[in-house]
Amino acid sequence: MTLTDLANPTRFLSLTARLLPWLAAATAILLLIGLYQSAVAPDDYQQGATVKIMFIHVPNAWLSMFVWGVMSVAALGTLVWRHPLADVAAKTAAPIGAAFTFLALVTGSLWGRPMWGTYWAWDARLTSVLILFLMYLGLIALWRAVEDPSRAARAAAVLTLVGAINLPIIKFSVDWWNTLHQPASVFRMGGPTLDRAFLIPLMVMALAFSLLFVTLHLAAMRNEILRRRVRTLQMAQAQMMQASRRSA
Amino acid sequence: MKAMTLGPYASFIVTSYLVVVAVVLILIVWIAVDYRRQQLRLRELEASGITRRSGRSAADIR
Repeated sequence: MTLTDLANPTRFLSLTARLLPWLAAATAILLLIGLYQSAVAPDDYQQGATVKIMFIHVPNAWLSMFVWGVMSVAALGTLVWRHPLADVAAKTAAPIGAAFTFLALVTGSLWGRPMWGTYWAWDARLTSVLILFLMYLGLIALWRAVEDPSRAARAAAVLTLVGAINLPIIKFSVDWWNTLHQPASVFRMGGPTLDRAFLIPLMVMALAFSLLFVTLHLAAMRNEILRRRVRTLQMAQAQMMQASRRSA
Repeated sequence: MKAMTLGPYASFIVTSYLVVVAVVLILIVWIAVDYRRQQLRLRELEASGITRRSGRSAADIR
């Protein structure tokens, strides 16, 4: 099945109906394995048991940026290729991305208090992620403000692509500025600096959260397609009622 | 197996995990409820005689 085949919403719905149970089961199994590995992971020699917060903070932080990346590709799909499902994908990813960003901020704050002595600092990494969260909320507000989905899609796509400038700023903020937040320790030149005892549970949790995103996103896309069918039928109903009033 | 001890910052660790579980559950429930709501609306519209141009049921996704 190609991307062109998926341009047909009915075919897409049929595919999601088949995929979702398997994806949900794989997500649940991976989450359970990841949570178990996180629970039995050793304490860090400096951070103690608070290192366990890393196993949920880092996947959420990665996904907060990844989801915006997905929305940016979808925005290109709307503006350049005019793919029928591109704006459905972009619209439905925004609340999920906002939730991951919120979790990255909250868990980071709860990790920061015992390690840094403060819940919050206006440093480059924390501030740029907060801006990302506010951009997600702005996009959700835009989608809700414009009733016609096709008009909202174009405006949201432009805003999404402009907002993508924030992604490299978040990623490299710890290198470009002197921040309280630690530099990259997994995706860096020279390989990860994390010990395998922490790296393996972290990767399992990252995979589990990524699968969670795919599952939730497909389910939310299915809902959005059905919502648009409801809208189309409601408009047809209104037209029929208008026509019958005129003939009476 | 050694019992898990979370040390002096246990409340921060437990709160972090609880917040993540709560938000993920809210997302799952929100999406599941939304699906049921859209299916219900489609069935109501079809029951009132409004159908798709293709003639296929709008609520059928298989």
